[in-house]
Order: sequence, then structure tokens, then C-alpha cells
Amino acid sequence: MTLGVVVFPGSNCDRDVQWAAEGCLGIPTRFLWHEQRDLSGLDAVVIPGGFSYGDYLRCGAIARFAPVLEEVKAFAERGGPVLGICNGFQVLTEMGLLPGALTRNQHLHFLCEPAELVVEPGRCSWLQGYGHGQRVTFPIAHGEGRYQADPELLQRLEQNGQVVLRYARNPNGSVGDVAGLSNATGNVLGLMPHPERACDATTGSVDGRTLLASLLG
Amino acid sequence: MPVYSARVLVSLRPSVLDPAGEATRAAAARLGVAGVSRLRIGKAVEVELEAPDAEAARTQLELLSDRLLANPVIENWTLELNADAAPGA
Repeated sequence: MTLGVVVFPGSNCDRDVQWAAEGCLGIPTRFLWHEQRDLSGLDAVVIPGGFSYGDYLRCGAIARFAPVLEEVKAFAERGGPVLGICNGFQVLTEMGLLPGALTRNQHLHFLCEPAELVVEPGRCSWLQGYGHGQRVTFPIAHGEGRYQADPELLQRLEQNGQVVLRYARNPNGSVGDVAGLSNATGNVLGLMPHPERACDATTGSVDGRTLLASLLG
Repeated sequence: MPVYSARVLVSLRPSVLDPAGEATRAAAARLGVAGVSRLRIGKAVEVELEAPDAEAARTQLELLSDRLLANPVIENWTLELNADAAPGA
């Protein structure tokens, strides 16, 4: 089991993911610089948080064209597990691996606080360790995390069971209280909260361990 | 090849909340400008593009606008193309 962690210029949670996976759970990680294309030997890929390419134009808009992401897209389409956290979630929507978009928080504040979430694992392979309706607490840290989808799309996502993480108390105005979404097949998960910052007991919650530990089967 | 200049205006779709626009609208009132009933913030992107003719320039600019400059999930765009090309270098 080896976990790939994508690194863009401006990523800043890549090492947090490495610590959570390798330091806390013993899952070997390998950094994937944005210009490379070699995903050989990887069992899963994380697109971490940060400000890829300065988030110029829109969050994730430039990252979408990174060479490494062409390979990540093909990997996801073959059923490979892909996790996008925060900026990684924004990138997944810009790439078209997840529907909708993430926009400026309702009250404009950059939110940096613990967020209580309700998990509905559905088909999402990353969340199978959690119970139906289980409540977990992950930190959030974002200025543009308001999930936006038109009512028809949101209804379709709800019907398909793709809304897998919801805020217990909506902090940013996301439609449907959406905190995290999976694709239809369940191998791709995007979420604004940071599970990798909820893995080490010295920093508080360890609720995120179960998510990354799903890779260990 | 001739060089065409264009401006792409990107705006949030009407259904999408614009908190930055709302904050600016509130500041307008504090400045003493009353009666601003609507204020939405978008982007203006100025582009110069080499193309064989105006039609080819338009096709390329439309692709650029739709696939990169705007995210059609949340944004609309309009293209203003100056059909009078400057001579290329």
C-alpha cells in the first residue's frame, strides 16, 4: 500500500497528509510533483489543501491543467481511490471528477475552526469505516468552501447518495449543507474539512483516522 | 498573422450569491452613495490573440472563455471581439 500525495506550487497540506498517513497510520506515502506523470505503484492518490498556483483565476482552475492530474484523472476513471481535501476538492470540481463548484463563503470570512459533520457513507470507499449518520469533527480552514449546485443537480446527487458528508451546523452557506461529495462509483471523495488534521491525538480529534485507514482494508 | 484584441467579461450567474458584491454594496452606503440596489462583482479579461481571421479568433476565444476563463457551473461570460485586427509582427 502506497499513497501518492500531489504537490503543486502553493500546496500547504501535503506534509500534513504525509504525517497523518505515514506518521500516524504507517501508510507509506510518495509526493507527486505537479509536472510528473508517474503514478506506478500507487494504490491511492490525495490532492491536498493549499493554494495551488496561487488560486489565480479561480481556486483549482489552473491546477486542472497540471500534467500529474491527467494521470490522476485516468487513475480515477479506472476506479482508483482519489481523495481531494479542501483545495483538492476545488480541483476535483474544476477537473470535472465531481460536479458543482466551490465559491466564496457566505459571510466572506476565512473559517478556521472545528466542524461537526454527519457521515452518510453510501458507496464511498473512503468512508466505509464510519456508521450511517455517525458524527465526526474535522477542522475546516477555507475562504471559498460554499458548495454550489443548481437544485436539479443537488437533487440528483441526493438521490444517488453522493452527498456523503454534511455540516451539522452549516458554516459557509453550502447548498444542502454539503461538506463532502463522492462520485457515482464511490472511489472519488472531495471534502472541504481536513481529515488529515484529525489524526494525531496531540492536535485534538482523531476522527479522521478511520478515513485514511480505509486504505488498509 | 493579424492580432485581434478582445475583452471577456465574466460574471457570477444570477442564481449564485455574491457575498463580495454585497459587502461592497454595504460600503457604498457608508460612503454616502444611497440607492445602490444591486452590485455584482465579476472579472474583465483583456486578451490579444494571433489568428488568421476574425472568425478563427472568435472560435479560439470562445473555447478559452468557456473552458478556462469562466466556470459555467457558476459563471456566465460575454466576449467583445474587436474585428479590426492589428497587423502581426
